Amino acid sequence: MTTDTARPRADVPEPLADTVAPAGRRIRLSLRPRAGQQRKAGPVAYALLALAALLSLFPLYWTMVAASTDNTRVSQTPPPFLPGPNLLKNLSAAWEDAAMGTALVNSLIVAMTIALSTVLFATLAGFAFAKLRFRGRNILLMLVIGTMMVPPQLSVVPLFMMMTELGWGQKLPAVIFPTLVSAVGVFFMRQYLLEALPDELIEAGRVDGAHSLRIFWSVVLPVARPAMAVVFMITFVHAWNDFFWPFIVLDMTNPTIPVALTQLSAGYVRDQSLIMAGALLGTLPLLAMFVVFGKQIVGGIMQGAVKG
Amino acid sequence: MATSTPASGLGGPQSGPAGPTKESPDDRKGARPRRPWSTLLHRFDIKAAPYAFVAPFFVVFGAFSLYPLLYTAWISLHDVELATMDIMEWEGFGNYSQLWQDDRFWNALANTFTIGVISTVPQLLMALGLAHLLNYKLKGSAFFRVAALTPYATSIGAAALVFTMLFERDFGMINWFLSLFGVDNVDWESSKWPAQFAISSIVIWRWTGYNALLYLAAMQAIPQERYEAAAIDGASRWQQFTKVTVPGIRSTIVFTIVLSTIGATQLFGEPLIFGQGPNGVSGGADNQYQTLGLLLYEEGWKNYEMGRAATVAWAMFLLLILAFVLQRVVKRVKSRTS
Repeated sequence: MTTDTARPRADVPEPLADTVAPAGRRIRLSLRPRAGQQRKAGPVAYALLALAALLSLFPLYWTMVAASTDNTRVSQTPPPFLPGPNLLKNLSAAWEDAAMGTALVNSLIVAMTIALSTVLFATLAGFAFAKLRFRGRNILLMLVIGTMMVPPQLSVVPLFMMMTELGWGQKLPAVIFPTLVSAVGVFFMRQYLLEALPDELIEAGRVDGAHSLRIFWSVVLPVARPAMAVVFMITFVHAWNDFFWPFIVLDMTNPTIPVALTQLSAGYVRDQSLIMAGALLGTLPLLAMFVVFGKQIVGGIMQGAVKG
Repeated sequence: MATSTPASGLGGPQSGPAGPTKESPDDRKGARPRRPWSTLLHRFDIKAAPYAFVAPFFVVFGAFSLYPLLYTAWISLHDVELATMDIMEWEGFGNYSQLWQDDRFWNALANTFTIGVISTVPQLLMALGLAHLLNYKLKGSAFFRVAALTPYATSIGAAALVFTMLFERDFGMINWFLSLFGVDNVDWESSKWPAQFAISSIVIWRWTGYNALLYLAAMQAIPQERYEAAAIDGASRWQQFTKVTVPGIRSTIVFTIVLSTIGATQLFGEPLIFGQGPNGVSGGADNQYQTLGLLLYEEGWKNYEMGRAATVAWAMFLLLILAFVLQRVVKRVKSRTS
């Protein structure tokens, strides 16, 4: 790095570079190392990246290690680095002791419902904001963006009262209903459809006499599919990991995964390797999803960043 | 579909291969009075459909976010207990003045602020560095990107549990690692700053990769010519980074700062689970890492004072607004002086 950066400054003094004619610049440019963006990574960069990957993955690896040993081995120094023989035993014990079975099913229901409805409603609203004309569109869109800034903790007290009144306390609808839509999802779909959906396609549909819902179904949905997949996966991850509100409104008889995990830490389970087995159980489904769709999720987040 | 049926019946052969068309010229000329209701339906569709499409979002948002948000303010002016939530006694600003005099509030506010700073600043700086590395031409770049994002997929609960064990005082891996360098065991749970650092490290671990990907995406959108121009001007690699890359992704940086600030004010799960004993939600034996989120929960669901919980919530919101107003003012002043 240092030798690279020193070289161009050594053979071209800075003031000169500013005054030389454009033609002269061109020639000098070819002498320089290529600028910025697409340089090949050197060994230092690879070493740092490997370290970053290690730091990212190690806690998860170690969860697996600790979950596969037993309580005494976990509490020894130096700590274990290699898996032991008890993984399946601990997993099944955690499954039974910490209501992880119920929690897994509950989390699946919750995350699936929320992700599906968010995708549907975000695509509907995103389409309207991107391609349909109506009075108040800009104000409503500003409102959507504004809602992204409001922290959800602000509404928990009245929400709790509301759910108790509805008789939804400790029940899954209490977790599902408040998060059926997402402002980020709406905004993401709008930005996507703005570019990806040609106006001509919609007009062609209108010319054919299709009404708006029909156009949505047979013109918008096929175009929106890639972005819908992204919104689905990201919403699923968020819904799966959502903590504050489920922790308040659900209890241990009917928990989602993150709620059940708090029980593991609260002293009901003394065995450390069992606790780790529970943590592993709660994370495995999402990890599996990452192994399969990791690239797409990464792509989705990056896409959202440029447009957002 | 219903609108198209009458049109196809009346449009007849002159509509031709283009199909039954409501907006085609021949429709507009003479056909209009003959089949007003299909046009009406069409008009209604054009006018109403957009509202129908955005309605679900606003209905759910109104019922479960906006209404509770405003109602929180109303509740915060009352004395409401968890067991008897339908009985609300008017308190005026009593809850607020009590909160103002409550040491726990200032303690929680200070903790939220310090943990927020300790977790956000290194996180975003490291994300910037990581994004720079990921922006190289890499072999196995997909692996490095997915690996960086994996912590984001780990639930707060699982992450906090694992870190609790890694930071364990007597047999935790981090103290063992430090002992290799002759550092005595650190009590990561009951000492204030080590505990806040440990909790921050959970946040940093979970979010650095995510932010790095946001930065990476923005970096890739910077036109190559800017780097070439900078190189022509003799800018070193470091200067290119500070003068081209960072300004090029400024809006993304602002975006991540906003998101992290909102996230930091709401911090709840990590300090709740970290080192949690059977007594639950205290945020440490001396409240040494109790955040505003934890205080809110403690008031509402441990002390059964919903009115005071609402006050904490609304105070948090006011603080956020204050932070952004301050940021605006600072920006104004800065741009005026420069």
